[in-house]
Amino acid sequence: MVGESGAGKSMTGNAIIGLLEPPGRIAGGEILLEGRRIDNLPAEAMRKLRGRRIGAIFQDPLTSLNPLFRIGDQLVETIRTHLPLDAAAARSRAIELLRDVGISAPERRIDHYPHQFSGGMRQRVVIALALCAEPKLVIADEPTTALDVSIQAQIIALLKRLTREHGTAVMLVTHDMGVIAETADRVAVMYAGRLAEIGPVQRVIHDPQHPYTAGLMGSIPAVGSELERLPQIEGSMPRLDAIPMGCAFNPRCPRAFDRCRVERPPLLQANGTLAACWLHAPERKAALAGPDWSEGAVHG
Amino acid sequence: MDNRPSPRPSPEGEGEHPLIEVRDLARYFDVSPPLLNRMIERTPRQILKAVDGVSFSIARGETLSLVGESGCGKSTVARVICGLYEPTRGSVLFDGRDLASIRDRGEMLRVRRRFQMIFQDPYASLNPRWRVERIVAEPMRSHGLARSKREMRERVKKLLADVGLSPSDAEKYPHEFSGGQRQRISIARALSSNPEFLVLDEPTSALDVSVQAQILNLMKDLQREHGLTFLFISHNLAVVSHISTRVGVMYLGRIAEIAPTRVLFERPLHPYTRMLESAIPDISMSGKARTPVAGEVPNPLDPPSGCTFHPRCPFARDKCRIEPPPLLPHEGASVACHGIHEGWVPIQVHRGALATS
Repeated sequence: MVGESGAGKSMTGNAIIGLLEPPGRIAGGEILLEGRRIDNLPAEAMRKLRGRRIGAIFQDPLTSLNPLFRIGDQLVETIRTHLPLDAAAARSRAIELLRDVGISAPERRIDHYPHQFSGGMRQRVVIALALCAEPKLVIADEPTTALDVSIQAQIIALLKRLTREHGTAVMLVTHDMGVIAETADRVAVMYAGRLAEIGPVQRVIHDPQHPYTAGLMGSIPAVGSELERLPQIEGSMPRLDAIPMGCAFNPRCPRAFDRCRVERPPLLQANGTLAACWLHAPERKAALAGPDWSEGAVHG
Repeated sequence: MDNRPSPRPSPEGEGEHPLIEVRDLARYFDVSPPLLNRMIERTPRQILKAVDGVSFSIARGETLSLVGESGCGKSTVARVICGLYEPTRGSVLFDGRDLASIRDRGEMLRVRRRFQMIFQDPYASLNPRWRVERIVAEPMRSHGLARSKREMRERVKKLLADVGLSPSDAEKYPHEFSGGQRQRISIARALSSNPEFLVLDEPTSALDVSVQAQILNLMKDLQREHGLTFLFISHNLAVVSHISTRVGVMYLGRIAEIAPTRVLFERPLHPYTRMLESAIPDISMSGKARTPVAGEVPNPLDPPSGCTFHPRCPFARDKCRIEPPPLLPHEGASVACHGIHEGWVPIQVHRGALATS
């Protein structure tokens, strides 16, 4: 899930793990995990599901770690909550997990407190914590945003390797298109609380079908680009209490026409992706051409 | 670039001095525990060498960027130049004058008017109780730059228009603006004293990409229109490659490499520069091989001996563990690496990195 602040990407992730902050609530729709509806589960059932079937990794590793407990205690507690293991077996599984996430000398480090780890190492511990009950789905909300670039690359590589090995599905929430490009199979672009476009990551990046995606891709500076100015989307995302009528993007869209101002577009088939844009209405297909300010958006 | 005449040609011609020159700058912080703790626990003083011997210069109209990971000292350099920290050692020359040699307060103010700083956090850097007009006018007021209230008001309106806001925004309070708009207010405020030199400390790091593009474009426009010189601090190499004339890469308080932007990205010399470049997520997904580098930045309180990068460097030899490498010129760049100086680190040229011009 990619999008700018306030687009609703974290909210979507939080809704899935059942951690919406009141007054936030699921006002409509449903969430299915392996075909079973989970959005209407009672709180106790949802609590069991969290951790066991759905793991979570947040931006700041310190929000997931209790500063007063050794990381080993936290791992063992989580493992024993979800898996039928005795204390010794849980501890050896915790050590194994720490080794798996790239923490050296895990037998010793397991008895350290969170503050004794660097930011990157803490995020590794959080990943171990999220994966410890072998969940089917991990929701990773900006897992690398607080980290330095070199550490970010390590964490992305780690997340990719572990989820492949464990066969875990990942919902990666980020504002960083570079991270998406490197990590994701499919990408959903959110704008003002809705999906603007969803499709295979290659297609969405190289040939965006929604003018917002095209603008977003164009505005990312790239090493090696010789553009004097970055293509920019004018204006800013509307406040969520003042979303314009029709397509929420229409006031900023260089290709908006009358229909966009009155009628909200559904997701429409668009050249290999789904885009919520009237340009892709079957009767408009003839007029389809790349948005004029997307040139230079994609390099390579 | 464009074919407009370059701004403010220096009258000195050939012998012109750079606008900013930093010589062997160092800034240490004493982060020792309190004296009593030190006596009881028998621990020595702890000195954090945030910046330890940095030299560079910035010519008029140029943008020099300093990049590096957290704790490399880039923001400390910015703060020392702006006078927010006293240097522990070394000097900062502005327009040929050593700032430390200026004793007269009035003269200091006159010099300070000529440079301004823009901070990362557009929420923390604007007083929430002041209207935008007062915020933007503050440097004019403190430097006595407007003859009348009316002149000040007119100038604030013009500045707001210059940075892409509406003149009527002068009446509003900061909370009524988004992050990007607040950063525009910070820029208007910085420009209100008619500075020649702006220090930008991660000005777009807190912003969304589409807003970042707007702010970067705005800064380039303003630089051209006002003939500004920038020192740009960032951890984002892609942003740096877009905005800078030259780039300095910092690691643990020292400059590892400094070179014109194009040279740095086409032919990075220092192994750390190469590591940083290979760590940029590849948005084009060209399938370029990417090797995440092992290890993390060491604790700056206890930096490694010799070249501080040696524990993470794939080319390190014994000499690197013992002797800190000096920053020496090497074919259009300057680099602090024994391996490059002595020719045993192979040099790679990224063809196509900047080949499309």
